[in-house]
Amino acid sequence: MTSVVYRPAPPKPSYLAAGHRVTSWLLTHDHKRIAVLYMISITGFFIIGGIAATLMRLSLLTPDGSLTTADFYNRLFTMHGVVMVWFFLIPSIPTTLGNFLIPLMIGARDLAFPRLNLLSWYLFVIGGIFTISALVAGGVDTGWTFYTPYSSSFSNTHVVLTVVGIFIAGFSSILTGLNFIVTLHSMRAPGMYWRRLPLFCWSHYATSIILVLATPVLAMTLMMVAVERIFRVGIFDPALGGDPLLFQHLFWFYSHPAVYIMILPGMAVVSEVIACFARKRVFGYGFVAGASIAIALVGFLVWGHHMFVAGMSMYGGFIFSFLSFVVAVPSAVKVFNWTATLYKGSISLTTPMLYALGFIGLFVVGGLTGLFLATLALDVHLTDTYFVIAHFHYIMVGGAVMAYMAGLHFWWPKITGRMYPEWAGRIAALIIFAGFNLTFFPQFLLGYLGMPRRYHSYAPEFQVLNVMSTAGASILAVGYVMPLIYLLWSLKWGAIAGDNPWKAMGMEWTVSSPPPKENFATTPIVNEEAYAYDTMTPQGGGGRSIMPVAIKPNRGGA
Amino acid sequence: MGDQTPFQLLPENASAFSHASDALTLFVLGVCGLFTVLIFVLIVWFSLRYRRKSENEIPERIEGSILLEIVWMVIPFGLLLVMFVWGSKLFLDMKRPPTRALQIDVIGKQWMWKIQHPGGQREIDALHVPTGVPIKLIMTSQDVIHDFFVPAFRIKQDVLPGSFVTEWFIATKPGNYHLFCSEYCGTSHSRMVGTVTVMTPEDYQSWLAGVVPDERPARAGERLFNSYGCIQCHGKIAPTMAGLYNSKVPLSDGTTVVADEEYLRESILAPAAKIVAGYAPVMPSYSGRLSDEQVFQLIAYIKELASATTQPADHPDAQLPVYQLPDLPPANRLPTRGQP
Amino acid sequence: MTSHAAVEPPPAFQFEDAAQQSNAATLGMWAFLASEVLFFGSLVVSLMICRLRWPQAFAEGAKELKWWLGAINTAVLLGSSYAMALAVEAAEKQIAKRVIRNLLITASLGIIFLAIKGTEYGLEYHDHLIPAINYSAVAPDGAERLPQVQLFMIFYFLLTLLHAFHMLIGLTGIGIIAIRARRPGYVERSKNMIDGLGLYWHFVDIVWVFLFPMLYLLRHP
Repeated sequence: MTSVVYRPAPPKPSYLAAGHRVTSWLLTHDHKRIAVLYMISITGFFIIGGIAATLMRLSLLTPDGSLTTADFYNRLFTMHGVVMVWFFLIPSIPTTLGNFLIPLMIGARDLAFPRLNLLSWYLFVIGGIFTISALVAGGVDTGWTFYTPYSSSFSNTHVVLTVVGIFIAGFSSILTGLNFIVTLHSMRAPGMYWRRLPLFCWSHYATSIILVLATPVLAMTLMMVAVERIFRVGIFDPALGGDPLLFQHLFWFYSHPAVYIMILPGMAVVSEVIACFARKRVFGYGFVAGASIAIALVGFLVWGHHMFVAGMSMYGGFIFSFLSFVVAVPSAVKVFNWTATLYKGSISLTTPMLYALGFIGLFVVGGLTGLFLATLALDVHLTDTYFVIAHFHYIMVGGAVMAYMAGLHFWWPKITGRMYPEWAGRIAALIIFAGFNLTFFPQFLLGYLGMPRRYHSYAPEFQVLNVMSTAGASILAVGYVMPLIYLLWSLKWGAIAGDNPWKAMGMEWTVSSPPPKENFATTPIVNEEAYAYDTMTPQGGGGRSIMPVAIKPNRGGA
Repeated sequence: MGDQTPFQLLPENASAFSHASDALTLFVLGVCGLFTVLIFVLIVWFSLRYRRKSENEIPERIEGSILLEIVWMVIPFGLLLVMFVWGSKLFLDMKRPPTRALQIDVIGKQWMWKIQHPGGQREIDALHVPTGVPIKLIMTSQDVIHDFFVPAFRIKQDVLPGSFVTEWFIATKPGNYHLFCSEYCGTSHSRMVGTVTVMTPEDYQSWLAGVVPDERPARAGERLFNSYGCIQCHGKIAPTMAGLYNSKVPLSDGTTVVADEEYLRESILAPAAKIVAGYAPVMPSYSGRLSDEQVFQLIAYIKELASATTQPADHPDAQLPVYQLPDLPPANRLPTRGQP
Repeated sequence: MTSHAAVEPPPAFQFEDAAQQSNAATLGMWAFLASEVLFFGSLVVSLMICRLRWPQAFAEGAKELKWWLGAINTAVLLGSSYAMALAVEAAEKQIAKRVIRNLLITASLGIIFLAIKGTEYGLEYHDHLIPAINYSAVAPDGAERLPQVQLFMIFYFLLTLLHAFHMLIGLTGIGIIAIRARRPGYVERSKNMIDGLGLYWHFVDIVWVFLFPMLYLLRHP
C-alpha cells in the first residue's frame, strides 16, 4: 500500500459547462466534446441501420417476403450493412469511448492533435451525408461488399454516391487511428510505462494500427470501382477485360482487418469492466496486451478465407485456412484470461458487468463458429448462408455492441456526471441477451440447412426458424430502446455521480465527474501498475490509492 | 418439393461428400461445444461463488501464470490443427474431380440456370443426375458472379463470368433437392433456385430417353469447328485438336500447361494469352463472336477428339479409360479420403 | 546577426514541453506516411498482379510510354528532394533566407516535374492512349493493341494522377511556408512543420522512384 501526498486542485468547471453556445460545440478542440458529438452521430446511424434490420426481419416472416419487393429488400440489406459497418461499428467505441478516455487514462490534457480530431468528426459527418443522400435518393442494392461486376457494371443504383460517402468517412478513420498512435507513444504521463498502460489503451493501439494501414486499401478499391463504373473501363469486369477476383482480394484485404477494428475496442472495454467489477488485476496482463497486437497483425493475413469458393486457388485456400486458425488463438487467450480474472475475485453484477460477461459468452459462440468457417471443407457448405450471418452477428452484436453498452454504462457517470437507474440497466441487459440469442441462434440452423444469405424469399421449410428469429428481433429492439430512454432520462433526473462511483482504478476516475475541460490541473505521476485493486485501502468510501505521489512543477518553469 | 419435410433441423444427406462433411462438422461442433460449455460454466460458477460479500472486500493479488497461458494456447492450437488437416483433406477431394465423370455444362445468368447434358438434353433450373456416378459440372456465368449451391450435397462453387469453374459430386440418394444461387446477383437472386433430381441409373436412362435432346453439344461443336474456319488452320499450321484435351502443352515462354476446359476456353476467346511453343501467334480471337453455349459446344467436340493414348503418364487417372458418350459408365467407386 | 538566441515558443496546450510536441509531430507524419504507403501500395500491388496475369499486354503498355521523359522526371524529382533536404538543414540552423531559397528551388523543380508530366499526358492523348477519353485499340502505327493495354493505361493514369495530386499538395505547403518564412522568427517557430514537410516531400519522391521502373521500365514480358 503506498502512502500518498495529494493536494487537490481547486474545482474547475466541467467540460460540459465550458461554453454553451452551439459553436462552442461545433468548433471545439476538446476530445471529450468531440466524443459526445460522435456519440450523438453514431446513435443516429444505429437507428437508421436498425430500422433497415427491422423491416428486413418483418419481411422474412413469410417465405414469399410479400411485405417488401425483392428490389426494396436488396436495398434494405445493403443499407443495413453499409450503415452498420462504416457508420456505426467501426467508429463506435474508438471515437466515443476511445476519444473520451485515452487522454484521461494516460494523464494527458488532450489527444496529440485536437484539431485533427475535430476534422475527423466533420469528415465522418460529411461521409455520412453522402451515404444518407444515396439512401434518400433510393439506395443501393449491391450488398455492403460491392462485389463486381454487379456493382461496377450491372447495378442501376447509386453506387458511386454511396462509395464516395464511405471513402470520405475512411479518412475520418485514418486520422483517428493516427491521433491515437501518436498520443499513446508521445503523451503518456511520467511513470505510465507501456507495461502499466490500461488494456483499454493497448487494444485501441492495436485497433489504430489497423485503422491506419487497412483503410487506405479500401479507399483505393472503392475508387477503382467508381472509375470502372463511370468511365466503363475494365479493372474488375471480365467483359471489359478485368478480373472480378482482384476486387475481392483488394476488398477483403481491408474488410477482414476491419472486423478486428470492430471487435478489439470491445475487448478493450471488457478488460476494464471485468477488472473493476471483479476488483482484481486482469489475469495475464502481458498476454492480453500481446494478444491484442497479435490479433491486429495476424488479422492482415487471413483475408482469403472469404474466398474459399470464389475461384481462388486451392493452395491459397490451405494457407488462408491455416492462418485463420492461427488468429483464433490470441482471441482464445483473451477469453481464458478474462475468465481467470474472475477466479477469487470480488464480483459485483452491475449493468456493465452483465454486459461484459454477456460479451464473453456470446463472443465465444461467435468466435468458435468461425472455426467451422475456417475449416475448408465445411466452409464450402456454410459460406454465403445464414450460418455466416449468425457468426458475424454474434461477434458484432453479441460482442461489439454489448461491449459498447458495457462501456457506455460504465463510463456514463464519468462522461455525464449522472448515474442511470441500475435496475433498468440490468433488466435491459437481460432483455438484450435473451432477444439477441433468440434472433441469431436459429440462423445457425438455417445456415446449416442451406438457406442462403441475401434472400428476399426462401423455401417454405425455413419459415419456422425465420419466425423465431423475427420474434427475437422484436425483443432485442425493446432491449435497445430502453437504454435510449433511461440514459437520456438520467441526464436530467439521474442521481449525481461522484468522482468514482464504481471504486475503479484508472486515472480517469481520479478527476471529477464530468471531468474539467483540461482534464488534469497538473500532470499526474504514475507510481503503480494498472488494476492495482489489491492495493486499495479497505475503508472504502471512494478510497483509492492511485494518487499522484508528487506534483510536477507547472509548465514553463524550471 | 415432395421429398421436403415442412420443418427439419438437419439437411438431407444425398452425396458421398455429405457424410464426410457431417462427420467433420460433428467433430468441430464437439470441440466448440466443449469450450462453450466450459467457459459458460466457469463464468457462472465464478460469478456466483465469488460474489461480492462486503463492500470493502479486496481479493488477493493474482498476476497470472505462464504455465497456464502456454497450456491454453497449445491445447486449443492442437485441436485447431486437427480441424485444419481434416478439413483440408476433404477439401482436396472436393477439388479433384476424377476425369472419368459425367460432365455437365452449366451456364448461370440473371436469374436462371441453364444446364446441358452431354447427350444434348437441356434443362432450365433443374438438374437430373444418376446415383453412384461422378458428376462434374463445368460452369460459367453470362453476366455477374453466381453460385451453384446444393445443400444436400454440401457443395458450393462461385460461378464466374469470363472463366470456367468446376464442381463435382457423387449423388447417393434418389430424391429432389434444392439448388440455390448463393452469391448475390441482383434483384431476383432469391428466385434463382432450382431442383436437383437424383435418380437410380435405370430411371436416369429412361429420363434421358424421354427428353427430346437438342443436338449433342459435341456435334454442334463439330459444325462450329468447320463453319468458323478452325479446321482450316488446326492440324496444319496450328496445333491439332486430336488428343489435345487434358494433355500437357508446352508454351512459347517455356512453361507447360494442362489443356483443361479453362485452357481451351481461353485459347478460343483470348488466344494471345498463351502461345504454343513452335507456333506463330496468328490465331484471331473469337471473343464476342461466340456465345458461352457455342464455346461449350466447341469444347465438347475437342474433348471427344481426345483418346486414351494421349493421357499424360503421371496423371492420377491415366490408367482409366476416358469416358465415352453417350453410354452410361459403370458405377464408380465412392472416393475415400485422400484419393481423388 | 545570429538567430540562435530566439526564445522557444510555448508548446500547444496539450503538450508538456517542446520536445514532446516535436516528437508527436514527427511520429504523426511518419504514421501518416505509413497510411500513404498503403494508398499507393494497393494500386502498385494490383498493377503487379495484373502484370503477372497479362505479361504481354502490360509490357506492350510500358513500351507506349516515353521512358526518357520519365527518367528526366526522376532526376528532376531527386534534385528537388536534395533541395528540400538543404531547406530542412537551413531551418535547423535557423537561416530563413536559405530556407526560402531552397524551398523555391524545390518548388521550381516540382513544377518542372509536373510540366513534363503534362507534356507526357499530351503525347499520350495524341497516341490515343487515354482510357474513357480517346483510347483506341489500334495504335497510331496501325498495330493492334492487346485488350489489357487499356487496363495498364488505367493503372498508369491512376498512379501518376494520385502522385501528381500529392505533389500539388506538397507544392502548396511549400508555397505557404516559403511565404510565411519571410516573417521574422517564423522559421525558428516552425521547425516541426518544415521537418514534416521535408518528410512528406521525400516520401512523394520515393513513391516516384518506385513508380518509374514499375510503369516505364518493365518493357518485356
